[in-house]
Amino acid sequence: MYNIVTGPMAWLSFLIFFIGILLRSIMYIKGLDWRLDRVTYTKNVSYGIRGAIKSIFFWIIPFGSQSWRNNPGFTILVFTFHAGLLITPVFLLGHNILLQERWGISLFTISETTADMLTIAVLVSALFLLLRRFSLPEVRILTTSYDILLLCISILPFLTGFLAHTQVPPYNFWLITHIISGEIWLIAVPFTKLSHIILFFMSRAQLGMDFGIKRGGMKGGGITW
Amino acid sequence: MPEGTLCNKQPVNTKEQLHALLADTRGTLYYKEMEKLDIDQEVLRDIIRKTLKSRMRTWLEICAHCGLCADSCFFYLSNHKDPKQVPSYKIQSTLGEIVKRKGDVDNALMRYAMDTAWGKCTCCNRCGMYCPFGIDMGVMFSYLRGVCFSQGFVPWEMKIGSGMHRIYRAQMDITTEDWVDTCEWMVEENQDEWPKLEIPIDKENADIIYTVNAREPKHYPEDLGDAAILFHIAGENWTVPSEGWEETSLAMFAGDWEGSRLQVKSVYDAIERLKPRKMVVTECGHAYRATVIEGPYWTGQQSGKPPVETLHYVEWVADALRTGKLKIDPVKKIKEPVTYQDSCNYIRNAGLRKDARDIMGYIAEDFREMKPCGEHNFCCGGGGGLNGIGRYREQRNIGQKVKRDQILETGAKLVITPCHNCWDAIRDLEETYKIGIRWSFIKPLLLGMVIVPEHLKGEE
Repeated sequence: MYNIVTGPMAWLSFLIFFIGILLRSIMYIKGLDWRLDRVTYTKNVSYGIRGAIKSIFFWIIPFGSQSWRNNPGFTILVFTFHAGLLITPVFLLGHNILLQERWGISLFTISETTADMLTIAVLVSALFLLLRRFSLPEVRILTTSYDILLLCISILPFLTGFLAHTQVPPYNFWLITHIISGEIWLIAVPFTKLSHIILFFMSRAQLGMDFGIKRGGMKGGGITW
Repeated sequence: MPEGTLCNKQPVNTKEQLHALLADTRGTLYYKEMEKLDIDQEVLRDIIRKTLKSRMRTWLEICAHCGLCADSCFFYLSNHKDPKQVPSYKIQSTLGEIVKRKGDVDNALMRYAMDTAWGKCTCCNRCGMYCPFGIDMGVMFSYLRGVCFSQGFVPWEMKIGSGMHRIYRAQMDITTEDWVDTCEWMVEENQDEWPKLEIPIDKENADIIYTVNAREPKHYPEDLGDAAILFHIAGENWTVPSEGWEETSLAMFAGDWEGSRLQVKSVYDAIERLKPRKMVVTECGHAYRATVIEGPYWTGQQSGKPPVETLHYVEWVADALRTGKLKIDPVKKIKEPVTYQDSCNYIRNAGLRKDARDIMGYIAEDFREMKPCGEHNFCCGGGGGLNGIGRYREQRNIGQKVKRDQILETGAKLVITPCHNCWDAIRDLEETYKIGIRWSFIKPLLLGMVIVPEHLKGEE
């Protein structure tokens, strides 16, 4: 079982993940239409690029935009959640040893204590994000079971990984569940709104180009996010 | 019922259709017919397939349902934070449903979509500034208006407005003759004071072609006179076109994209005909948005720009003040506290925040910003055509509570509103809430404080 989930299934899920997000990006860009979107993407390119970079930059740093500053609690939760979500699996020592064994490559690694802290941070912030979904009426009305499912898919690898790592018995069960749940996440990304892993950048760049080219970017200093 | 006699999928293209609609007081029969209007699902499906591309599809799909857009919406804030006013909810429950059901929708949903697209959103685009994914629900509501229009679900006044543009190339029934007469009348009216005043009509190769909002010749002709005097004082070489003088677009508010194109084309044709160096647009927000920001795309201008460089009136004034074409008498500057209503259409959506501030620096001694201000300011409450729709008057008035409180917080009693919709909205706000404020366009204020050059003094 271990060999299957870390062998062909891992290959397959990584393949689906990478090809999937590549295809989503290509489809997004191909679907842009200067006349329908009313943005001259291929004209005034320098203004477009400036607008796109600003639009991504001010939103990718905590408290960079007015909206982040208006909602400090939520901002901390979102950034903690996403930082843990991205850093932990990529730079985990265990994952990199596995990478070295299987594919002969390895990245910079973080200490086990850091990984533990990040994992706990992901789980705790996910819990608060979930509570927020139900406690705030303006979020509750938008929330669907699909949102909850995606949150579960995203945190399950962390929960199971943590249990396996802390040797909660049965170890093998948690390990296999951890690997499978990680693969489910990888496969889910291109097919669900977890695709925002790439489409966040696309969408932000698009709106940045819209403001940068058409809506004032060529006149004043452009919009202040 | 298939098509109604008044409420149907056909845009208004003849005076007969227009008069029939106008005769239906407050659209009573029109809205009754709407309750039975059929939906052409095949056409609807086709429109969505062909025009809803990756930008909006992605927006609808990836919305994280985080609710951060809630506080950005003045309708949400002014309706006691009613969750049904959260922008994401409003768009997901309308356009989102139509897309999800692939056009297989019923009359009730289309009417709900109409009531939401016009009665709960002014397309101010503020939510787009507060969404982490950059989802601009104003853009989507504008698109939804087009979808609704194509199926005949459009507020009565908007259907009339779009028809006006299609027939008269103006938002009101003003003919070329009416317009030219008004220009001549305004020259006569001011001749005692300014004997050399002109409103040159159809002058070729002028430096400036000046275009207006039809309400000016129809209801406020003195605004045209004021503009002429200010151009005269500034020594501008300017003209107005006999045709193609109307910048506004109720067709845009109606979601009538063909009507919008026809309207803008009439202005661009005037530019081609008269070959001015640049165009100046009167103190109107949506007129600028329609003709300068969106218009190039409706007419297929690959540069994304109008045929000549175009300035909003605040840009022209700011430039005239900076270059000394207009000089302010310091003694006559506004002494009392004064605030500025940022029009969504030319501030947030066209980047003219700084020009407006520069003007205030020249003319006001105690300028007070609203909070928030500039691109982040709230809509006046009457944008997107909402001022003119009787069906949503109550919603409009409730929505204005946010603007009322913003104005009160500044302590100013004078609100400068260089936008027709903002001007109307602030006037109505005072009528509803009686907070003791006054409101004004820039032109009359400037006329009261501008220094008349020596060579024109005898004239005065």
